[in-house]
Amino acid sequence: MKKVEAIIKPFRLEEVKDALGEVGIEGMTVTEVKGFGRQKGHTEIYRGSEYTVDFLPKIKIEMVLADNLVDAAVAAIIKSAKSGKIGDGKVFVSPIEQAIRIRTDERGDQAL
Amino acid sequence: MKKIFIILGLAAALFQTSVNTPAQAPVVTAPVAEAAAPAPAKADPNDQQRISDLEAYVNNTARGSDAVDSKVVSKISGAGPGHNGFQMVCAALVLFMTLPGLFLFYGGLVRKKNILSVVAQCFGIAGLVTILWFLYGYSFVFGDGAGSIFGNLKFALFEGVDSNPNTNYSYWVSHNVFSIYQLMFAIITPALIIGAVAERMKFSAIMVFVGLWMVIVYFPLAHMVWGINGLMNGVWNADADIKAIDFAGGTVVHMSSGWSALILCIILGKRLGFGKEPMQPHSMTLCAIGTGMLWVGWYGFNAGSAVAADGIAANAFTTTTIAAAVASFVWAMAEYVLRGKPSILGFCSGAVAGLVVVTPACGFITPGGSFIIGILAGIVPFFACWKLKAMFGYDDALDTFGVHAVGGTMGALLTGMLARNSANANLATNLKNYVTDSLFQPLVVEQIKAIVITIVLSIVATVIIALITKAFVGLRPDEDVETVGLDLAEHGEEGYHG
Repeated sequence: MKKVEAIIKPFRLEEVKDALGEVGIEGMTVTEVKGFGRQKGHTEIYRGSEYTVDFLPKIKIEMVLADNLVDAAVAAIIKSAKSGKIGDGKVFVSPIEQAIRIRTDERGDQAL
Repeated sequence: MKKIFIILGLAAALFQTSVNTPAQAPVVTAPVAEAAAPAPAKADPNDQQRISDLEAYVNNTARGSDAVDSKVVSKISGAGPGHNGFQMVCAALVLFMTLPGLFLFYGGLVRKKNILSVVAQCFGIAGLVTILWFLYGYSFVFGDGAGSIFGNLKFALFEGVDSNPNTNYSYWVSHNVFSIYQLMFAIITPALIIGAVAERMKFSAIMVFVGLWMVIVYFPLAHMVWGINGLMNGVWNADADIKAIDFAGGTVVHMSSGWSALILCIILGKRLGFGKEPMQPHSMTLCAIGTGMLWVGWYGFNAGSAVAADGIAANAFTTTTIAAAVASFVWAMAEYVLRGKPSILGFCSGAVAGLVVVTPACGFITPGGSFIIGILAGIVPFFACWKLKAMFGYDDALDTFGVHAVGGTMGALLTGMLARNSANANLATNLKNYVTDSLFQPLVVEQIKAIVITIVLSIVATVIIALITKAFVGLRPDEDVETVGLDLAEHGEEGYHG
């Protein structure tokens, strides 16, 4: 089992969700987050006062997948989230030790 | 709960008797007095006089029985329904400017940890000023037979302030309605000051400051400008030493609050982290909603200052609209050209600036004059907020000085230049030699005198009041209170959860 975390631009969420659905992903957790990488922040001006806003709104998608789905999922995310401009985001893949479905107590891939 | 009501009821009853005692005393001797010198009975009006009274109502002039030596009564007693209804709506509109217009406009501009402090300060001021107004404030401003600088106690506790018109100020609007209408101005004026000191002044300090400021600055200034024998009431007081004019409060409301706000924010010091951490508005949406409410409420403020639903009110309504809309557009377009983007705060600030600048002028100028005012109001305060503040480095948090003091002062001056006899026939009564329908008419000099008096009074009094307040309750909260936010620390509530 692997966890796939993707940080993407907020307006790409629908396309990413559809692309993941097409490769057979049946669930995900989505959070609104803020952060910055190479894109840096932006400047806001109120009555002439300038404020640098470092943290930009992003969407974080988290999924725990069976190993055989990971490559397809990552490819789907990259294809659907890419605009080619700075700030498109990142994908992280990490190993997962265990997964348990609360309702049935199923373990491992069965629980996903 | 019941007990509380009973106690409150008893207290009210006691208060009532204590207030009424002096008034009741003469009643005992009244029959004797009547027997000694019976007042001559006034005659019923004839048909001609009855028609004249009706004409007086429509034309907003005095009815025959209003004259001191009148020998007839009027069949039209009390206030005129149209004018009175208009004035009550206007009073409500002016209150709507403060609650919730101003607290949303200001509240949206502060950080989210301080929005409730602005709301609390506006409500606190509304209550405190109403108490002062009832006790003696109204009388200090509009008391009958007072001198040219200070009012008196004639109308203290609203003694004699009933539903009959006070013909010094209006022939057809009830005295109590006039008083409540003027109360709404007295509420919003100190509330404007909190924009400059937002996010860093203790609630207790604001209440003490405002209590003193009303007595020392607002009541005398309003008396001088609007009191029937006020020092600077050029329109109505033939004996005014300074023949200045101020239709709806350029000096009384905007200059006094704006200049006092500058001094108070300098004495108070900058917000913690000013210039180092971002302090951008937490909700431009609330700010824009508040601005819309201010604009709507301002019709009550400006048109209502005619104290009648007459042609002067209609003209003020028109000039107010033009100035506000033009200034809003010009401010945002100036940003568009100079900064690349027309901002929502630009539209909002421009609208408020236009309304501020046209306030003293609205009932005295033509629509053409208001167009000029709109353009200047969109440019001058814009530069004041953008450049002046950065140049001198004071922390006028929400630009009370940049908009209200700069705009109010410019408005008072432009009123002198743009007042025209064609816009307001009352200018011919006492100001024939001052309003000559040209840009540099003699009225301009009188306006400058009023400007100087207002600025000096505001600055000197604010320094003294701020120092007194500091000595008694302190001005600023502890650093950790300011860091956590005034909402939680001072009011025990949060504007937003989660």
